[in-house]
Amino acid sequence: MLKIRNLESGYGSLKVIRGISLHINPGEIVTIIGANGSGKTTLLETVAGLVRPRGGEVLFDKKDMAGLAPEKIVARGCSLVPEGRQVFATLTVRDNLLMGAYTRASRKAAEEVREDLDNIYSLFPILNERKRQLAGTLSGGEQQMLAIGRSLMARPRLVMLDEPSMGLAPLIVKNIFGIIARLRAAGNTILLVEQNAKASLAIADRGYVMETGQIVLEGTARELLDNHDVQRAYLGKEYKSIGE
Amino acid sequence: MIYNGEYETMSRDDIEQLQIERLQGTLNRVYRNVSFYKQAFEERGVSVEKIKSLSDLRELPFTTKEDLIRSYPYGMFAVPLRDIVRIHSSSGTTGKPIVVGYTQNDIRHWSELVARLLTAGGVTNQDFVQIALNYSLFTGGLAYHYGAEKIGSSVIPASVTGDIEKQIMIMRDYRTTALVSTPSYALTIANAVAELNLHPEELHLKYGLFSAEPWSEAVRSKIEEKLRIVATDNYGLSEIMGPGVSGECQEKNGLHVNEDHFIVEVIDPKTLAPRKTGEEGELVFTTITKEGFPLIRYRTGDIASLMEGTCPCGRTFVRMSRVTGRSDDMMLVNGVQVYPSQIEEALMKLGGNVPPYQVVLGRENETDTIEIMLPISGGGVLDEMKNLLQYRDRVRTAVGASVGMPVKITLVEPETLKRFESKSKVTDRR
Repeated sequence: MLKIRNLESGYGSLKVIRGISLHINPGEIVTIIGANGSGKTTLLETVAGLVRPRGGEVLFDKKDMAGLAPEKIVARGCSLVPEGRQVFATLTVRDNLLMGAYTRASRKAAEEVREDLDNIYSLFPILNERKRQLAGTLSGGEQQMLAIGRSLMARPRLVMLDEPSMGLAPLIVKNIFGIIARLRAAGNTILLVEQNAKASLAIADRGYVMETGQIVLEGTARELLDNHDVQRAYLGKEYKSIGE
Repeated sequence: MIYNGEYETMSRDDIEQLQIERLQGTLNRVYRNVSFYKQAFEERGVSVEKIKSLSDLRELPFTTKEDLIRSYPYGMFAVPLRDIVRIHSSSGTTGKPIVVGYTQNDIRHWSELVARLLTAGGVTNQDFVQIALNYSLFTGGLAYHYGAEKIGSSVIPASVTGDIEKQIMIMRDYRTTALVSTPSYALTIANAVAELNLHPEELHLKYGLFSAEPWSEAVRSKIEEKLRIVATDNYGLSEIMGPGVSGECQEKNGLHVNEDHFIVEVIDPKTLAPRKTGEEGELVFTTITKEGFPLIRYRTGDIASLMEGTCPCGRTFVRMSRVTGRSDDMMLVNGVQVYPSQIEEALMKLGGNVPPYQVVLGRENETDTIEIMLPISGGGVLDEMKNLLQYRDRVRTAVGASVGMPVKITLVEPETLKRFESKSKVTDRR
């Protein structure tokens, strides 16, 4: 579904993404794990069109979309749930969700959008309860659900999530990851960027390990969980506890 | 049957995507973790970021057997030793052996790759697999053991024994359906079965998977006929992994290279230039999933070619021809690697120079023999028979110690050597 070849990008003179190649098959959950500052967020922002690529290809269904405007990329079926949720705090929950469908603003689509809104409400009943509330008054976990719901309003085939667990209590994280697994079960393809490697590898099929803007390892979730470098760096296992 | 259809039947486009991803990851790891590669890349001015396609592989330096010997024992390992769960080593007849380490993931991959070869060779979870390869530092025995267990076959770890009758008794009584061994050992078994007046039908054998030495189509027919089996060829080398690198399917027309784990190239051994598909040359492998002992462009010394076209079996991985020879003068004698340099070294130590000589490899009682013909020139102390015999014995001891196996020394008139017209120092009569 998605094939990235030798992607490069950065900010000003700073090169952050240094030749990344990766792929996602339809229906997969693929996770990218890596330390703070390894370039994970920049990678997603580059794929989503928020940061301009300086080289390489982003093939989505065999068509290169590197360098397209973000709304064009969303319209092709690839949407981003940004780091820190980025909900519109002064808009209602309902209006936030409708904002997610702004690429579908035709009269013909209006009926579909209403249907999708109902689907989101059944997926996240809490959002239905609070649909008239301002998004800024929601808890962190609810805001994360809203951000996911908003991205789904674009009817994406690939959902990219940037650190959905950030700043959430462990129980809420579990809840959010359960939702991600359900999204996949419903036919979505998911690219998940996470610092919480343990949680993301638990639901992912495959993963890539990123270090200083480059991929150093690719493998199934099981293989990455068994890799001692991954255990040391991202799973918080001390040397002594490895193998115990 | 195909063990892992998802990978073994991938489209060329998907294989290339996976290969470039895994290659880039491997290059980033070896550059960070193996000082040999950091230095080798820097010396050549290669930046890992510049490797953007499979054809860029050519920018990278080769790795040779000598590089590995120099790094003895652990210099090429890419992970801390505490991450290593298995160590194997090559026979190491030329000086020091090559030590290869495997992580838990390496062993898991290896088992799967051998499971693929076994499946391609016909083996299923219904089979009794008799593994008549050494369980030792040599990779053969354990590799097939893990692979066959992964399939769910009943594994009989028979190992290699001089007692062929016992091997055959196991085969008959335990109802072995698949034999894994070297081709020469299979031939020994086949001959012994005939000598014991056992009809092949009294055995239950269906498949044979043979590796670790080159063997001809003539030998294949002989084994297949005598044991009434389908015999397939497997290829591997301990530096790269062991068995599991490539293997034949039921078509018996080329060995499928497990391209999701290895990138194969064929080069001209003299100029090092790439050879086209179909042209013979030296096999070069790059590992793209190995964690413990990754190698970039390793020169195997084995001569083969890559084949055009697709295989009717459905596997999309490229096929290599069977190995037809060596780019150096390495000989495989009873499974042990022997180089002319070992012989020359011993002769040099004895006499201060290396006289012209000829090695003749033969076969007696299904065992390889190695004979070295040395010229005697007239005059001097060697005129006397007693001195002559002493000289011969000294040479035999010295060369035998150097190559690590008994050798036969034959002293001949210088004229006799001229009959060996071939340019090679080695005549193979096996």
